[in-house]
Amino acid sequence: MHSIPGRRIILSAFLVFLLLPIYWLVNMSFKTNTEIVTTMTLWPHQPTIANYMRIFTDESWYSGYINSLKYVIINTILSISFALPAAYAFSRYRFLGDKHLFFWLLSNRMAPPAVYALPFFNLYSAINLFDTPWAVALAHCLFNVPLAVWILEGFVSSVPREIDETAFLDGYSFPRFFIKILVPLIASGIGVAAFFCFMFSWVELLLARTLTSVEAKPISAVMTRTVSAAGMDWGLLAAAGVLTIIPGALVIWFVRNYIARGFALGRV
Amino acid sequence: MDKTVNQKAWFLVLPVFLIVAFSAILPLMTVVNYSVQDTFGNNQFFWNGLGWFKELLDPSTDLGGRFFASLWRNLLFSAIILAIEVPLGIVVALSMPREGWRVAACLVVLALPLLIPWNVVGTIWQIFGRADIGLLGYVLNSLGFDYNYVSDDFDAWATVVVMDVWHWTSLVTLLCYAGLKSIPDAYYQAAQIDGASRWAVFKAIQLPKLNRVLLIAVLLRFMDSFMIYTEPFVVTGGGPGNSTTFVSIELVKIALGQFDLGKAAALSLVYNLIIIIVCWVFYTVMVNAGADRQADKGAA
Repeated sequence: MHSIPGRRIILSAFLVFLLLPIYWLVNMSFKTNTEIVTTMTLWPHQPTIANYMRIFTDESWYSGYINSLKYVIINTILSISFALPAAYAFSRYRFLGDKHLFFWLLSNRMAPPAVYALPFFNLYSAINLFDTPWAVALAHCLFNVPLAVWILEGFVSSVPREIDETAFLDGYSFPRFFIKILVPLIASGIGVAAFFCFMFSWVELLLARTLTSVEAKPISAVMTRTVSAAGMDWGLLAAAGVLTIIPGALVIWFVRNYIARGFALGRV
Repeated sequence: MDKTVNQKAWFLVLPVFLIVAFSAILPLMTVVNYSVQDTFGNNQFFWNGLGWFKELLDPSTDLGGRFFASLWRNLLFSAIILAIEVPLGIVVALSMPREGWRVAACLVVLALPLLIPWNVVGTIWQIFGRADIGLLGYVLNSLGFDYNYVSDDFDAWATVVVMDVWHWTSLVTLLCYAGLKSIPDAYYQAAQIDGASRWAVFKAIQLPKLNRVLLIAVLLRFMDSFMIYTEPFVVTGGGPGNSTTFVSIELVKIALGQFDLGKAAALSLVYNLIIIIVCWVFYTVMVNAGADRQADKGAA
């Protein structure tokens, strides 16, 4: 009764449409450049892992991944630890300006990074953080802190308020209640929020590229610059691309039921 | 239950307020500062009043012309992708299997494009669309279409649109699927007893349930497509000519390419204002929809 006629065909066609370009990238990453440029082959006829080996052995490549991971992890920790108390406050209390503040947070999630690229460049140069992971991590807080607040607010609201009241009656202090009772109760929510902070920081290019030059160059910037400089090393580019997909692909299974909720800022 | 009034809650919110203010308000003040000044380099600034804004909002000037061209282009792009992604997302959500391992498998494949770094999304389609090494470009050209996204405006647009559909339709699907799952089976059984047609079921049962998630989906897709930068930048670089130069790409060109601080700042502020207004409209509608639902629950 729920389903529509021809649903298998529609669904299969759509999934193939989603997978085909990804397959092509994976396919190319295992080819030699000669094979890529000279023939059109649907799978690698002379499979090679030379492209991957080069990324794992060349410091200018693998340091890109490490630099990206650095700011992404700093950002995730910052966003979650700042957002947790605020999410609790928004969920439980009314206070002066709460609704305006909540909206203001949303509007920052929607702010175009292009607007902030130049002022961030000036700001982080002025406080000597330019070209460090901290600059990018703090810059990404612009959209990740609001995101984490919105997602966590939804999870905190699903915890019955009686639990708070009982804990306080039992003589729990606020910090102790927060860490011993609330955090374990919304552990899955924290996981989801952390996953989305990780993802949105991982996928962003413009700010990460603007705020770094040499020392903290993220993988996305390594990819764009190598493409323009070294001619077209398609196999290497494809391998680098495949490696950036892996962190998301690894955790996707665990968060598959929360993806809609995370993208919808906890509103679904 | 009503929330209790407690002004001390501000202490819990303060860290968030400070860190977001540091990342949002401080830079915006710099932008406001630049937007009313002119510079000839050497850190010497001159008061320019509303000059940049007048130039920006007057389509006959170079700056205004570029701004409005990229704005209309961007709105057209947002309209096209919404018109494709929303119906397609709903149809795919309705096609999802009901239970078993296939649901999990579908969810994982659907989510995959959402988690790929945006520049890699661009790279994937840059490669996929090339006539010499990409499957799509190769097949289209073999079939006799003269497809080349580097030199042809229409092909560039088609590539950017298809790329966005590929990248984000899953989001609409996942949101709709979450909405559909919340419909109790009893509704469908009632419809079956009444002998309702498939279309009637969709209109009377499923669509009303989807209202809320669709609102969120449209908001997110509009916002993200209105600030799109990375993906088209990687694929077309804004070209051929300026044909895929959207507002963010134009802004970055002016700000970081030409270092025209005043012009870029004025454009930033107008751009941000548009975003905040649209955001506020959606937020109000969303809150009202939420209040209606609460009222319904109260009545029931």
